[in-house]
Amino acid sequence: MTEPLLEARNIYKRFGGVHALENVTFRLDAGEVVALAGDNGAGKSTLIKIISGVFPPDEGELRYQGEPVALGNPQDARRRGIETIYQDLALADNLDVGANIFLGREPMRRVFGVPVMDRRRMRAEAAHALEALDIGLDRLDRPVRALSGGQRQCIAIGRAIHWNARVLIMDEPTAALGVPEQRRVIALIRSLKLSGVGVIFISHNLADIFDVSDRIVVLRRGVNVGERPTREANADEIVRLMVGG
Amino acid sequence: MSVAMAEVAKPRHAAWSAWLAAGRAWLFLGALVIGFELWSRLSFGATFIFNASNVRSIAVFATAPLLLAIGQTFVIISGGIDLSVGFTMGLAAVVASQVMNGTSGTLGDFGSLLAGVAAAGLVAVVPGVVNGLLIARLRVPPFIGTLGMYGVARGVAYLVAGGTTVPVDNRILSFLGNGTIGAVPVVVLVTALAMLGLHYLLSQTRFGQYVYAIGGSRQASLRAGIDVGGVTVRLYILSALSAAVGGVLYAGRFSAGAAQAGEPLLLDSIAAVVIGGASLFGGSGTLVGTLIGALIVAVIQYGLVFINVEPFWQFVAVGVVIIISVLVDQSQRKSGGRVDD
Ligand SMILES: Nc1ncnc2c1ncn2[C@@H]1O[C@H](COP(=O)(O)OP(=O)(O)O)[C@@H](O)[C@H]1O
Ligand SMILES: [Mg+2]
Repeated sequence: MTEPLLEARNIYKRFGGVHALENVTFRLDAGEVVALAGDNGAGKSTLIKIISGVFPPDEGELRYQGEPVALGNPQDARRRGIETIYQDLALADNLDVGANIFLGREPMRRVFGVPVMDRRRMRAEAAHALEALDIGLDRLDRPVRALSGGQRQCIAIGRAIHWNARVLIMDEPTAALGVPEQRRVIALIRSLKLSGVGVIFISHNLADIFDVSDRIVVLRRGVNVGERPTREANADEIVRLMVGG
Repeated sequence: MSVAMAEVAKPRHAAWSAWLAAGRAWLFLGALVIGFELWSRLSFGATFIFNASNVRSIAVFATAPLLLAIGQTFVIISGGIDLSVGFTMGLAAVVASQVMNGTSGTLGDFGSLLAGVAAAGLVAVVPGVVNGLLIARLRVPPFIGTLGMYGVARGVAYLVAGGTTVPVDNRILSFLGNGTIGAVPVVVLVTALAMLGLHYLLSQTRFGQYVYAIGGSRQASLRAGIDVGGVTVRLYILSALSAAVGGVLYAGRFSAGAAQAGEPLLLDSIAAVVIGGASLFGGSGTLVGTLIGALIVAVIQYGLVFINVEPFWQFVAVGVVIIISVLVDQSQRKSGGRVDD
């Protein structure tokens, strides 16, 4: 068995008396899409917060690209290529697509020795980055406010990939979107998979889960109660695992 | 559908859109000038705008609120507001005058001017830093934090001035305040230089980009690794320093520092920014817009004097224009697609 891209071993996390995670083990391979399923309060968000550096586990080990890692904070995780897309918090609405993709890392050029921001390059590279992911946008020079929720989601994902994210974590990526927009995001997840990115996504939508994931991991009350390759799973079984009994 | 490269090959667009965004303000300025011109011709048979002395007066009129408005533009784009600039300006004017008076014997005109300018800058940094820390670190709403600083700066300015105005006699300072180079008043040149430098800072540098980003979404800026707190503190320092420049020029123009020097200018400076197209919700605005906004305020004020309207109507007019500008901004946000909460 090859070394997984990311692995969480025997993770425990308590909040006061609540055991949010109990001895949870989780792995993700490169180019794999794992759906994290479970009822409210099952511990899904807690698990991805540990993986994305929001807080450390009480016990257990996190391994990334074959090495144990301690993630001090989300910036730390992002620097290593573990990127989390939060619903609608990722983009500055008033800036255009290029400015958003380069936010915090703007390229500069010199005009008569004076440094100025290289907007032309930001826009051109943004165009290439989005094209490579087959994200179609007819204009890149407008504030992203003018774009739809799905397009914005795609740009946030495109930015993460452009900056070399190897693991992409999405909490309910399609929840706030209309059906055509959901398709767009699902299609994007498929193309990420082809380029070797590992994707973890939380969803309540079984259709999405079965549509795009390779493996389904079910949490219940902080425990990993079952994992199935999506090909071999059926919806009834997953629901039974989620609710117990 | 894929990315049209034709769009990518239009790098000038951003520069043009800055001017177009100020389009409404241009129209308003044009309408005002035409209005005053007609009134002036019909009532007195004289021209209003084709008169070099009127144009020069309007330009000089515009400089004082414009200097405050430069810093205010950055602050408002970031989603904040700085109510303390008027009294920071007064404090700087008073301190500069006191220091120049105290040092002119030993340092001469030029040396004491430098000392006065340095003192004005240093004393202005204090309210700037305190505002910035209150807002960035302690998360005090900008409106309240800078209103508190308004009171503090006001009190300290009157204390430093001993409750009166501080006359100052410095030939170089007077030249800065009242001299001309060619036909152009020195205050206009100084203000134009400040505008150019800060237009560069706002539109071409990362700092400027982060000001817009923070105004658009503080969360997204934080997540992009931007030092939001540091940028915010520097913003309020910038605002205070632009008020200090205003204070020194005021002392030059009137050969005196006064604690209340900037009091009426707070309204004018905020008016210039919002008339110029900046949104009080943050995230948009340009210094080109602010320049036009300041000219609009100056034309209203000077024009009303020119056609013999009682000067107190100036406050009414500027106040009404602010309110209308904000209403227009709000209605555009409602009709312009998504609005974030
Ligand atoms: N910061 C926190 N403080 C206290 N309890 C928490 C905190 N975060 C999560 N919990 C608790 O941990 C359990 C798992 O929560 P969560 O991971 O958010 O579940 P899910 O995302 O699957 O709905 C819940 O009982 C929740 O109340
Ligand atoms: Mg959750």
